[in-house]
Amino acid sequence: MALNHSDGAPSTAKILISGGFGVGKTTLVGAISEIRPLRTEEPMSDRSVGIDDTRGVGAKTTTTVAMDFGRISFPSQLVLYLFGTPGQERFWFMWDELSIGAIGAVVLADTQRVADCFASIDYYEHHGMPFIVAVNCFDDAPRFQPDDIRIALSLGPGVPIVLCDARDRDSVKHVLVSLVRHVMSRSRRPDRMSLG
Amino acid sequence: MTRHDGYGDRWFDRDAGPVVRPYALTRGRTLPSGGESFDLIDVVVATSDRMPEHFRPGPEHRRLLSLCRRPTPIVDLTSEIDLPLGVVRVLLGDLISEGLVRVLSTQKQPATDQRLLRMVLDGLESL
Repeated sequence: MALNHSDGAPSTAKILISGGFGVGKTTLVGAISEIRPLRTEEPMSDRSVGIDDTRGVGAKTTTTVAMDFGRISFPSQLVLYLFGTPGQERFWFMWDELSIGAIGAVVLADTQRVADCFASIDYYEHHGMPFIVAVNCFDDAPRFQPDDIRIALSLGPGVPIVLCDARDRDSVKHVLVSLVRHVMSRSRRPDRMSLG
Repeated sequence: MTRHDGYGDRWFDRDAGPVVRPYALTRGRTLPSGGESFDLIDVVVATSDRMPEHFRPGPEHRRLLSLCRRPTPIVDLTSEIDLPLGVVRVLLGDLISEGLVRVLSTQKQPATDQRLLRMVLDGLESL
């Protein structure tokens, strides 16, 4: 996140969108923003060093990730980026990369496959990144009350839960607004500053 | 575009895949020379297009320079130039070392700036 006032430079901010495979992350990003492609090809993660013998390897071993991101430009010279976090575990290094300087995260949950979003919730809790849970209400999915979902996800009372339709622009707008309000109220509380 | 040359179908241009492995553009370097670490949403801007005499810019260096004539977030540069992020970082590192590009902002901590949060909130609510 960067606040710029000089040289016509844009201020930038980013929000992460996480959740299990097929839960609707890309749909959510596409509902509210312009989608653009991003190629990342990163060197082997630090975790391989010492495990894999890299001595004498001429060509670098790289991990290729092709991903999309969402971009919303506001008249105030602010650009907000929405990054969907890659699902597979071998891309954890990308999560660390994406998390730096992020406002917070939306964990998108599907009530039919609740366990799919546990890894995302664990990650953000562990890293002290503020997040909210958005329950994507598919047409045929059983509806639950947020309190039931809170219990199913073992979420503390401090984490907001919102119901949404990832295809609907206004609904997605409500999700993002809820996240930003949550972050603002959270960062005003001095006792939580150490977490974020 | 796939072209036909009369000797059977052959691949040209993008259909053939990259002609050079990505890190060949950086001569094998995977980290920026100055040790900088850039965030995706850091904003960079070209400060000069007068090349120092000893600097031999590659075509990608030149493309990056022209793309950041106006202050531009690194993620947009990367998307526009269609090279992997790791490669763009190394090339930007070269341009910064040569004084041709400047990073306008770096944010290494989670974002808690209330003013910026307010800007984001106002922006979203006005959508």
